[in-house]
Amino acid sequence: MAIVRERWDEDSHNRINRIKNKSLNSLWSICRFMLILGITFIIIYPILTKFSMAFKAKEDIYNPTIYMIPVHFTLDNLSVALKLLDYWPLLLNTMVYVFVTMLLTTMSTALAGYGFARFQFPGSNILFGLVVLTILIPMSTLMVPMYLHFRSFDVLGVVHLFTGKDGINLLGTYWPSVITSATATGLKAGLFIYIFRQFFRGLPKEIEEAALIDGAGGIKTFFSIMLPNAIPPLITVTLFSFVWQYNDTFYTSLFMSDSALMPLKIASLPADASQFLPGLMGISNSAEADPNYVALVVDTGILLAIIPLILLYLFVQRHFVESVERTGVVG
Amino acid sequence: MKIKLTLVQKRSMLGLLFIAPWLIGFIFLFAGPLAQSIRFSFNKLMVSPGGYELQNVGLQNFQDALFVDANFNRILTESILGMLVDVPLILFFSLFSAVLLNQKFRGRGLARAIFFLPVILASGAIASAESAGLINLVGNAQVAEQLGQASSQFNARSMVLLLSEAGFPLAVTDYIVDAVMRIYEIISSSGVQILIFLAALQSVPGSMYEVAKIEGATAYESFWKITFPMVSPLILTNIIYTIIDSFSDSRVTQTIYETAFKTQNFGLSAAMAWLYTILVSVLLIVMGVIVSRKTFYHN
Repeated sequence: MAIVRERWDEDSHNRINRIKNKSLNSLWSICRFMLILGITFIIIYPILTKFSMAFKAKEDIYNPTIYMIPVHFTLDNLSVALKLLDYWPLLLNTMVYVFVTMLLTTMSTALAGYGFARFQFPGSNILFGLVVLTILIPMSTLMVPMYLHFRSFDVLGVVHLFTGKDGINLLGTYWPSVITSATATGLKAGLFIYIFRQFFRGLPKEIEEAALIDGAGGIKTFFSIMLPNAIPPLITVTLFSFVWQYNDTFYTSLFMSDSALMPLKIASLPADASQFLPGLMGISNSAEADPNYVALVVDTGILLAIIPLILLYLFVQRHFVESVERTGVVG
Repeated sequence: MKIKLTLVQKRSMLGLLFIAPWLIGFIFLFAGPLAQSIRFSFNKLMVSPGGYELQNVGLQNFQDALFVDANFNRILTESILGMLVDVPLILFFSLFSAVLLNQKFRGRGLARAIFFLPVILASGAIASAESAGLINLVGNAQVAEQLGQASSQFNARSMVLLLSEAGFPLAVTDYIVDAVMRIYEIISSSGVQILIFLAALQSVPGSMYEVAKIEGATAYESFWKITFPMVSPLILTNIIYTIIDSFSDSRVTQTIYETAFKTQNFGLSAAMAWLYTILVSVLLIVMGVIVSRKTFYHN
């Protein structure tokens, strides 16, 4: 009798434990769900408001009963913003610029990262310390010398020697960005070198030794063995450099403040909008635009600027997360 | 004549070849400008056609930056203090989110995709356009700022009361409320940090958790005894990243830019830049020393 009772006790004890665990688990799931939903909402909300603004007609601006979903849908804002930004040529221009700098940055940083990961040469550790220094120094420190440098660009006085002029003025062209990204000193290039170095150090040395024995030289080994193995950091670096280059206002406004590039145009959009809107609307030029309407157009413009990035992100976001995990930033 | 190189020498030549693009860039576009910038900070710089002229003024520029310029010292201290406030918040939030996103649940892919969206959208241009739009709307920068805060549509008073009723000291209450009011800012600047922490969490061997579970550790214990020590080396990385990430949209950077290109005072701007650099490096070193002492290295 006693034995049976004991077993029953144990059984019920187990059952209670199981129920407790299960309910705790589901409680936590609900909590987690709420948390993630909340944070997600905070992230998504500004984008949603942009969408709502973009399709809102002028009549709805002063209607206080409207929340998010407009009553009168319109595509007018969109067409005005497209016209103001001169959107399609601007987008093409920006894409070409960003793509070129991205490719050059990835190439030069991959080379440097590999060089630092696998080769011992005099001062290699000190030089890598200097790479870290380039990450840590704020770019505003180098701003003025870089500006003056590119205002009269002249490596070792070569131009002066041949033409007698004081260097070439590269400001207002894409050359400063092209040169800085080709020499791995551009936007956050130090970080990219660091990422590549960490990854290449983690690859087994045997791969290269095998290649060496099979008669491949160092350069061939890099291009046909190491690079194909370095897909995760390549994806990470190309993505980051693309996005950061696309969003960068610092270098673009420093070196090419007049160029038709997306970040510059977006930053000056509010001023442009309030200046040119009356003209576009067919009202006399002296009239001032309704600031609320200007805000509507500006939001539409911002939406137009981020849409290419969001579309791109939809396609690559899986690789984005996975590649960072496999890049070996961690150690 | 052909010079015979040993294998080691050949390897080191090859290594130099690989880093050559960076080395050239470093010498001409980093080290050179860096030295020039130091020189500018001790000089008065006048732009002349085809070049510039320097006039030595000693420490005048530094003195001007700290004691004469009306705004700089205030902006500098504000931004350094802001950094000190933001770094722990961003670290905490990103570690929290990374742990959250590392668990298995339905829709995890989607949640991750959305959490990293701010990495893509963090753009100075958009931020400035937005604030400019708001200033345009109300005609006053200060009102715009207040409006921006008010538009979070959250009444902080109830939370303040709750926290002070619970007996938190005023400073802590302030900190928490401030964090909650700026939640969007914090979330949108912690995307990369979440990524780094997430990568660290993935590299923690699952067997550790199994052992802990068999030994009867609760989830709370296994977080502090396993997860936290294993990701702690990345805390320093994330602190550094957070600080260097804050350079780009810092108001100090903007002030330095305006001093150089609006008022054409290049020497003063170089001095300001160096003050900023020195302060930030001191901050980085202090944080690095403190954090690396507490860090647990698995290997």
